[in-house]
Amino acid sequence: MDLVIARPEGLYCPPGDFYIDPWRPVDRAVITHAHGDHARWGMKHYLAAAPGEGILRSRIGADMPLQTLPYGERIVHHGVTLSFHPAGHVLGSAQVRLEYEGEVWVASGDYKVEPDGTCAPFEPVRCHTFITESTFGLPIYTWQPQAEIFAGINEWWRANQAQGRASVLFSYAFGKAQRILHGIDDGIGPILVHGAVEPLNRVYREAGIRIPETHYAGDFKKNDPMLREALIVAPPSAGGSTWMRRFGDYSDAFASGWMMLRGTRRRRGVDRGFVLSDHADWPGLLWAIEQTGAERVMVTHGSVAILVRYLREQGLDAQGFTTEYGDEEEADLVKEGASV
Amino acid sequence: MKAFAELYARLDATTSSNAKLAALVDYFSAAEPADAAWAVYFLSGGRPRQLVPTRLMRELAMDAANLPEWLFEESYQAVGDLAETVSLLVPTAEHSSNDGLAQWMEEKLLPLRGEPPEVLADRLPPLWRQLDRQSLMVCLKLITGAFRVGVSKLLVTRALATMTGLDAKRIAQRLVGYTDLSNRPDASAYERLVAQESADEHAQRGGQPYPFFLAHPLQLPVEQFEQTLGPPSAWQVEWKWDGIRAQLVKRDGRLWVWSRGEELISERFPELDELAPRLLDGTVIDGELVVWKHAPDATASQADLMQDAAELDSQTLNEQVEGELERFGIQPFALLQQRIGRKTLSKKILQDVPVAVLGYDLLEWEGRDWRSHPQHERRAQLEAVITACASPRLMPSPKLTANTWAELAEQREASRSLGVEGMMLKARDALYGVGRTKDMGVWWKWKIDPFSVDAVLIYAQRGHGRRASLYSDYTFAVWDGPPGAKERTLVPFAKAYSGLTDEEMRKVDAIVRKTTVEKFGPVRSVTPTLVFELGFEGIALSKRHKSGIAVRFPRMLRWRQDKPVEEADTLANLQDLLQ
Ligand SMILES: [Zn+2]
Ligand SMILES: [Zn+2]
Repeated sequence: MDLVIARPEGLYCPPGDFYIDPWRPVDRAVITHAHGDHARWGMKHYLAAAPGEGILRSRIGADMPLQTLPYGERIVHHGVTLSFHPAGHVLGSAQVRLEYEGEVWVASGDYKVEPDGTCAPFEPVRCHTFITESTFGLPIYTWQPQAEIFAGINEWWRANQAQGRASVLFSYAFGKAQRILHGIDDGIGPILVHGAVEPLNRVYREAGIRIPETHYAGDFKKNDPMLREALIVAPPSAGGSTWMRRFGDYSDAFASGWMMLRGTRRRRGVDRGFVLSDHADWPGLLWAIEQTGAERVMVTHGSVAILVRYLREQGLDAQGFTTEYGDEEEADLVKEGASV
Repeated sequence: MKAFAELYARLDATTSSNAKLAALVDYFSAAEPADAAWAVYFLSGGRPRQLVPTRLMRELAMDAANLPEWLFEESYQAVGDLAETVSLLVPTAEHSSNDGLAQWMEEKLLPLRGEPPEVLADRLPPLWRQLDRQSLMVCLKLITGAFRVGVSKLLVTRALATMTGLDAKRIAQRLVGYTDLSNRPDASAYERLVAQESADEHAQRGGQPYPFFLAHPLQLPVEQFEQTLGPPSAWQVEWKWDGIRAQLVKRDGRLWVWSRGEELISERFPELDELAPRLLDGTVIDGELVVWKHAPDATASQADLMQDAAELDSQTLNEQVEGELERFGIQPFALLQQRIGRKTLSKKILQDVPVAVLGYDLLEWEGRDWRSHPQHERRAQLEAVITACASPRLMPSPKLTANTWAELAEQREASRSLGVEGMMLKARDALYGVGRTKDMGVWWKWKIDPFSVDAVLIYAQRGHGRRASLYSDYTFAVWDGPPGAKERTLVPFAKAYSGLTDEEMRKVDAIVRKTTVEKFGPVRSVTPTLVFELGFEGIALSKRHKSGIAVRFPRMLRWRQDKPVEEADTLANLQDLLQ
């Protein structure tokens, strides 16, 4: 029996009568993580992994009807045993393990296999059927180790500083921004953040994640000499806005997995592109799928058709799931290979 | 190779000329002369013939990456650039080669040319493994002859001038012919390029032409000409001929013909050799190479042709239009293009498609550089030189005169029937500049508005480079019957990829994806829903096209969101433009 099927409201578990990351209001929603395309407003009851509570409440509402469960702990609902396991994507992100009558399914949500220190690292879970994302499901996407990327960011920041220019780094405000703040060398200079980033920093700090001291960029006047030494972390939507004027002469960069391609880098029109993603790269996807031992793989958002075909050629029983999950990171970048 | 790849990345990452200039100066200041020699070659447009067939490179890359063909193809579709795709797919280097660009070109890459597939299969992958991703991509672009980066020859010239403290004009002159296929760049060639000027430099020139002076587009309503340009009497006005801009260099008893792309084209136009004995040594003429309708020797004498040219000066509009093309004898560019396309020149071609040169300017006379004489003096001397030459292969480009700009605008209406692109305005006191400079006087091109039709988008293809992930190259069609005609179909006649804003392109891209009917590799056919006003510079009959018509320089003028597909233009509308 299929423990998860695609319904107009979202991925649905028939024996348990609940949804996973539904995109329409339902009675019972199991949430993998707090990105907007996975955790939506309006459910009657939410269940999520405990480390994600702070973020969820800050994004959906402090008084949301939320029940949490520590990673690895099991509960049984209508005979379905459910537990959360780290997905390594952002703080509190989880894979959902479902067991019913000896059959085990795991829904990955979004995941990344390289540990980054800002959330519990991805943990493979054995199962019969694995529901995987496929955001970067093409072999052209292979990430360099993040230490090399952070070294590149540090070097860029120092070089700008030497020329008396501010360094503006665009990144998604939740997850990516904190990962950057955690990973860069905060000894180089002052770190400023956009108003959309700071509230999330607070939640991360409360969760015990080391985030260096940050200042609110709005508190600085144009021409403040400190700006010329600073790293400014801002969401992509701030680019091109009047908010940017205060930085005078600056160099800008964009941190995203999509920066892998010259075409997207150029279209972004920034000085630098840093290839840093919260999703698994192609080898990461294949490794994770293999680790689960699953014989059946359901592929969701991203390069669905491509990954399905590839897995079938490897002898797996693979098929696509139509979902309404997007790419929370760079929805405004034209996505590649996402034809299905 | 690494340093050159870094230069490529810096140039690629910015659109600012100053940043590019700084990157070039940094690179050339640090580079070994042998490497710099090759860098100048590639950056100023030099392209060796393809070293490895693209198809073979794909196969080797698929093997190296251990990927099935369809997945390689999907990856290529996403990236849009073959060299970049391969560089992302094959395993990366553990330790990368420190050999310079010259060593890579001469010892590793050039020797690959002409090798059989087995040898290439042995040699290429180990070479790839010596490079990091960035260097690999650049290297693959060199191998496939697809190296392109947003740098003009002028910018390279400026960078070398900045670095050496030499006059940019001197560098430009030394650079002429540098990218010619027969030259192989080496350290001594580069050292000559950047050497301090020697006293006898002038004498060493041989067949070297001067850098061409280029015109700027003039986009003003004619009512504002007087105010901006002064009276027409301050200007030398000519037709803007539609041929090949060329320089005739006569020195040491020989004649060299150079195209504007600074390619030596003497051998393709052997009939011009007859000018060699008729021009004095130390003569350089700038002009337009055009196809002349009648074999000049069979029809008109030099005197008649000069007469024609002179008459055209004073003619009124009415007299000018009818049959002028016929009388003046210039043939459409399409014919010249046909001739350029031939590998060998048969007697028949030489007879059917003969060329002549319309002289614009005199750059050197009696061995002296005339570029700093004012335009009107150069013109007068040019006419004297052409008269003395007395060959129908060389005529002055006729001057056009009028008392007011409005009168000239009227004359300009005849452009299309004359087969010209509009007019050229050259300040009478202008010196002959370098490239697009404006500081020594200016040339304006006052072009006629292009033809236009409303056409329907029927195929879309992914673009390249910046547009790699967007469907940005389109094929357009017109109806083969009038509105209401039964079973009329859309006939493709033009491809265009420029003219839209990025915003519009994104919207069109989304519609293409939504209305796709079929995919053929990188191309999608779509349900016809989009109408664009398409502009083009010229139109001619063509047997190779389904529509029977070929257009030149098509581009999108605007998106006709107001126009239903049924109201797009028809083949008959296009044929009307042929006249
Ligand atoms: Zn996510
Ligand atoms: Zn997602």
